[in-house]
Amino acid sequence: MSADRTPVVRLSGVTKRFPGVLAVDNVDLEILSGQVHVVAGENGAGKSTLMKLLSQVERPDEGTVEIGGEPVAFHGPGHAQRLGVAMVYQEFALAPHLTVAENLFLGREPGRFGTLNRGEERRRARELLESVRLDVDPTRRVASLSVAAQQRVEIAKALAIDARLVIMDEPTAVLPERDIDDLFEVIRELTGRGIAVLYISHRLDEIFRIGDRVTVMRDGAVVKTLPVSELDHDQLVRLMVGREIANLYPKPEAELGEVRLAIRDVTRAGVVDGCSLEVRGGEIVGLAGLVGAGRTELARAVFGADRLDSGTVELDGEAVRIDSPAAAIDAGLGYLTEDRKGNGLALELAIEHNITLANLPTRGPLLDLGREHEIAAHRRDQLDIRTPSLRRRVEALSGGNQQKVMVAKWLETRGRVLFFDEPGRGIDVGAKAEMFELIGELATEGRAIVLISSYLPELLNMCDRILVMRDGRMAGELARDDFSEERLMALATGAKEAHER
Amino acid sequence: MTTATRPAALSRENLSDAISQLAAGGALIVVFIYLSIASDRFLTSDNLFNVGQQTAVTAIIAIGMTLVIITAGIDLSVGAVAALSGVVGVKLMIELGLPPNLAIVVGVLVGALAGLVNGLLVTITQLAPFIATLGMMSVARGLTLIVTGAAAVFGAPADFRLLGQGEIGPVPIPVIALIAVAILGHLVLTRTRLGRYSYAIGSNPEAARLSGIPVKRYLTAVYVIAGALAGFGGMMAASRVNSGQPNFGIGLELDVIAAAVIGGASLFGGRGTVVGTLIGGFLIALIRNGSVLLNVNTFYQSVIIGVIIWLAVIFDQYRRRRLGGAGE
Repeated sequence: MSADRTPVVRLSGVTKRFPGVLAVDNVDLEILSGQVHVVAGENGAGKSTLMKLLSQVERPDEGTVEIGGEPVAFHGPGHAQRLGVAMVYQEFALAPHLTVAENLFLGREPGRFGTLNRGEERRRARELLESVRLDVDPTRRVASLSVAAQQRVEIAKALAIDARLVIMDEPTAVLPERDIDDLFEVIRELTGRGIAVLYISHRLDEIFRIGDRVTVMRDGAVVKTLPVSELDHDQLVRLMVGREIANLYPKPEAELGEVRLAIRDVTRAGVVDGCSLEVRGGEIVGLAGLVGAGRTELARAVFGADRLDSGTVELDGEAVRIDSPAAAIDAGLGYLTEDRKGNGLALELAIEHNITLANLPTRGPLLDLGREHEIAAHRRDQLDIRTPSLRRRVEALSGGNQQKVMVAKWLETRGRVLFFDEPGRGIDVGAKAEMFELIGELATEGRAIVLISSYLPELLNMCDRILVMRDGRMAGELARDDFSEERLMALATGAKEAHER
Repeated sequence: MTTATRPAALSRENLSDAISQLAAGGALIVVFIYLSIASDRFLTSDNLFNVGQQTAVTAIIAIGMTLVIITAGIDLSVGAVAALSGVVGVKLMIELGLPPNLAIVVGVLVGALAGLVNGLLVTITQLAPFIATLGMMSVARGLTLIVTGAAAVFGAPADFRLLGQGEIGPVPIPVIALIAVAILGHLVLTRTRLGRYSYAIGSNPEAARLSGIPVKRYLTAVYVIAGALAGFGGMMAASRVNSGQPNFGIGLELDVIAAAVIGGASLFGGRGTVVGTLIGGFLIALIRNGSVLLNVNTFYQSVIIGVIIWLAVIFDQYRRRRLGGAGE
């Protein structure tokens, strides 16, 4: 069947250099129509650059790009769109204040002589929305839509330009679990129309669920391209990392100590409703639940990031009053946010300045810059933060290394209780294994860990217990012996729904 | 390469910061050399101290502005606040017989008070800094006109002249004051919590808050400092003409912002240095001075300064895009 498929895009000998980095190294690649082509690889492997070359955000230094059999010259992203290459960005490129229909035809509004034919616009918008199975009124503002719906609008936009190739950069990273199946159906519909989909994801299981062919990249070069069916999970990891990873989730056998953190009846109006939870020293307690179940909101309220309406927090048996992150830090709490760039790191600041941000070393009224550098160097060595210099801006680091900088910051505050909110999000397999090993070590040293994750294997493998939240409440608790995806999902979605399955 | 004991090593980013200042600094040197050759009156200590004296007020206020801009804020009220401080200080000397030193302190406090209001509007009522300080610009100018009845206030004691017109040896006191404020400002930005937190707040206010930084307190402090420096600049300007001028400083805020921006401060926050702002301030001053010396139609000054603002920011953006493109 795939023999008579024509390549939509062919790259030959494409190379892209950035100052000091060979980002894409002599890559040959064919993307066939009607297939989901997955590009897998660690951060820094060159996936993002490859996408930018295809969507003409970056100009290749060497090699040729052919689209539909024709070599294409570099004229920028608009040109790529006219050639039928559409990009669904991780952070959507929609104008939030415009309506769905206006967004779909932005720059190509139907109408003549500068006037808009709004009826026509709405009618065609409805057609497009139908083909991506999105049932919303095209006159609604994009800002009022859920993330999943906005993503659908992005895909509809790709259809609006008659795309031959749709590039999706980690499309499931922003989606709640239940929307992923729907997304995959829409992707199947695209390929059914002969559209090629270039799919980038860090979640290995998705590669097997949705991919037809996979290209593994490492250090800018293509390691291998092959049908997904000829590959299993372990082989894929080995190709990506270039070495064996014995265990993605090294669960430590830590001695459980006394209760370090006890939360009782914590309520924050509208999002968290009477939640209680205890974590012992050395223990990793998972917080599971669907997106919007209130896990992050609970962590933020306990950490003082949002107001806590009622409830008590005890650390090591002592009641503490937490009305701000500063108070939480003083008490010994740390919170690694799920959104590194949005609220975790000061991207323009140097690595060392981020590491010490929550606990600056001072001498009298002045900062102790020498001591600061020592602290940062120590954490760099301890956590293996890979960078040529600690004075680099944090924005120059890969996701995994940025994550380590956040960990370093919270280690500097001597946090006894650490909340990790989606620590595996957006970082690659190798970095993930390191991150979870680190979390295990932190627990072994006697800290209490609360692990929030939407990716079930992370919770099932790392945790001693898992608490499941639903609609802002604690829906149930699973001990390690009772762990299973089914039980977890049953609690997360409500048991009744699970029975019907 | 990055051993713990070498805090002075230059990274690529530090280097590029230095280069950005070099570009404005390079322009400063070029203009300086050109004027030295083109006019025989330029390279005299009289003229240079004169430039320093004229620039001191703008540069001192610009250092406060730099701090505000680093937090991703802006203070449009500095010109009006400087005028208010000036007339209030002068009036107190005349009507209550306040000694000049005390009047200067009061002038600074008036500025700090205006800054406090700005800061509270930004942090407590969550007004955008542009709006909060736009309002203050109007309020302060209005108060200045009310206090003076729109007429200049004359009759300050003679020793009030010292601040703006005095000299220690050959060096004008405003230049000495500027050097002191600059050194202090540089120390605050690079060696204190306030400085570090300002960069962090400007780069990512939510990350700063979640790191336990009392963002509102520090932001308010930043506006108070900017206001206090505007008040100090206002007193210095009043001293230069030994009177309170209700129309002083109209448009000054734009000069001050221009100095900071030419010096590499980013209006999006997180970037800016005292050295850069000084370079920006003196570049503008030299162009003004040169136009006078060379009898260039003064209207051209504005055009040249505008073009320099463009070039400085274009260069800054180009540099950042090149840096940003390297990561994945």
